[in-house]
Amino acid sequence: MFDLQWLLIAVPLISGLGLLVWGKEADAFGHLIATAASVFSFIFGVVLFADLMGSEATDRSHTANLFTWIDAGRFHVDMSFTFDQLSGLFVLLITGVGTLIHIYSIGYMEHDERRRRFFSFLNIFIAAMLTLVLASDYLVLFLGWEGVGLASYLLIGFWQHKDSAAAAAKKAFVVNRVGDVGMALAIMTMFAQFGTSSIAAVNGAIPGASASVATALGLLLLLGACGKSAQVPLQSWLLDAMEGPTPVSALIHAATMVTAGVYLVVRSAGIYDASEAARTAVIIVGLVTLLAGAWIGCTKDDIKKALAGSTMSQIGYMMLAAGLGPAGYAFAIFHLITHGFFKANMFLGAGSVMHGTNDDVNMRHYGALRAAMPITFVTFGLGYLAIIGFPGTAGFFSKDKIIEAAFGHSFWVGLGTLVGAGVTAFYMTRLMTLTFFGEKRWLDDVHPHESPKVMTYPLIALGALSVLGGALIFGNWIPEWLEPVVGHAEHHELGIPVWAMTLIITAVAACGVAVGVLLYRRDVAAETPADSSVSIFTRAGRNELYGNQINDAVVVRPTMHLTRFLVWLDAKGVDGFVTGMADRLGDTSQFLRKPQTGHVRSYAATLFGGALVVVLALLAVTLA
Amino acid sequence: MNEYLSLSLILFTIGAVGVLVRRNAIVVFMCIELMLNATNLAFVSFSRQHGNLDGQVAAFFVMVVAAAEVVVGLAIIVSIYRTRRSASVDDASLLKS
Repeated sequence: MFDLQWLLIAVPLISGLGLLVWGKEADAFGHLIATAASVFSFIFGVVLFADLMGSEATDRSHTANLFTWIDAGRFHVDMSFTFDQLSGLFVLLITGVGTLIHIYSIGYMEHDERRRRFFSFLNIFIAAMLTLVLASDYLVLFLGWEGVGLASYLLIGFWQHKDSAAAAAKKAFVVNRVGDVGMALAIMTMFAQFGTSSIAAVNGAIPGASASVATALGLLLLLGACGKSAQVPLQSWLLDAMEGPTPVSALIHAATMVTAGVYLVVRSAGIYDASEAARTAVIIVGLVTLLAGAWIGCTKDDIKKALAGSTMSQIGYMMLAAGLGPAGYAFAIFHLITHGFFKANMFLGAGSVMHGTNDDVNMRHYGALRAAMPITFVTFGLGYLAIIGFPGTAGFFSKDKIIEAAFGHSFWVGLGTLVGAGVTAFYMTRLMTLTFFGEKRWLDDVHPHESPKVMTYPLIALGALSVLGGALIFGNWIPEWLEPVVGHAEHHELGIPVWAMTLIITAVAACGVAVGVLLYRRDVAAETPADSSVSIFTRAGRNELYGNQINDAVVVRPTMHLTRFLVWLDAKGVDGFVTGMADRLGDTSQFLRKPQTGHVRSYAATLFGGALVVVLALLAVTLA
Repeated sequence: MNEYLSLSLILFTIGAVGVLVRRNAIVVFMCIELMLNATNLAFVSFSRQHGNLDGQVAAFFVMVVAAAEVVVGLAIIVSIYRTRRSASVDDASLLKS
């Protein structure tokens, strides 16, 4: 049955491409076909996963070779897919959350005349993302990697009539290219060093290779992961990516695609295990991003951008956990899955709120929406409890595990994650209070209402998962399940018992909640205060910690200068030479034109003169 | 011998000067004929001097070509005169931009 795992990818791919070329007749039912394709992949994924759970622990990795993709001399790449414990979990997350978001989008995009195209792009995304996680060769993974980048580009710029959306799509694409350079170089290095780019073969060959190779590969893959997962320094595209339709933000820019970087690091466990330096780099990137994202999340009034800052921050947690080595891989994946549930839930909730308020995204125009949108409020609330780590919810288990592992690694890294947890609680409380509590600050013509059932049912499902997802950790299930793929998670003894650690984390989060409630409970200005009237920290956060300005100064402006110089060189140098030649030829012909007077007698005189010269020359030659 | 060649030279020079200085197309045309005949004379003289017929053959060729040229040339001159009411070569300078 595992030989048929390519169907997981093929069905959404065919459905997506088919809907693109089908034409207008498919407008009426295209979304149903797309949703059915996604449901098929989910059900088939569940069947395969159940089969995997029923197998012996030693027989849980199934590789199916579809065909030989490239066979050129020593370079051999198989189009083969591996369904194992890790990719199985991802298949369930991608198709499960993907299906719920397909269903939600039926309602959300109902009035969009290009809904069929939207669903086609979603299906292409699902297919590309499944290729990414099922690939058993880095080059096949790269194919999916670029596929999700393309889908992300198409969907961010889906409302291309808005200049801001078109620019955001382009920005995401360009920034991702920077990361892709790292990926491409890593794959080339693998081939140069090991003669193969198969994931299993490369990770197996690492112990025999020199440490510098492992470090180089680790850093190059990290660059790729930074681009895809919006980690510092390639984080700037994610906040702009919120220009896309909200279901896209939920599926691609919260639950699945942006976590591909974490998947890459965990999948390359062999490489990172061999290089202390690369792991340290991953930890630093994760820690910086988790604090930067939280900072930005505290200051944005745009509900989607606040959530995007939070996404950055949570992926920072996962990166950091992945950088801890075998002690953290399983918890990185655990947090990735629970985050996929609760963040998709909150993004869809934000979409539901926008749906009811004429697509307003400014939280200062919300307030007291809990009565108008009870289902959205309750489900969003469940996601909120999960992300702040309320005891018993999914986020409580997954984040605590990461913080414990971080303290096990070093006190300062642990402190950073602990502070991040407090700030997370603060900005999520701010978001929650501004949106659902406090007094009404609605604009005049806004009449908030609950969204249709097709949108609220996915919310309910994701809300339930946000709470119950934590069950994966019971009985230490997830570390044991992933152990064959990522290695044994050795337990670090902390200086204090685990229950005390949990208590401290919960207390810090509670402080964040309390501050958020106190500051935003009432007396909130209905308009965003001007930049000049807020503190320097708020201003920095609103400007996304000046990431765009730094990019401008370091990359964009020097490139512009270089471009201008090259244009100048082209115009004056190359073009100057060519047009100069033409000008000289023109001048010469102008000069030659002068004798062409049209007078027969002057022609005759020239003729005689010429003949005379020839005769004289002949005479001179003969006589000499 | 020198006399013949001198006459040929004189005739050629008269023809050449005529082509260069006269405006009337008919006169220019006659001057060209004069030059052709001057060369014919030179051909025949050299033929006589060398004692073979090559020069005379060339002279016949020149006559044939001259006859053909007269036919075409006169036709052109006549048609120009008909359209422009003038046989001056300076007037027909339309090729100048």
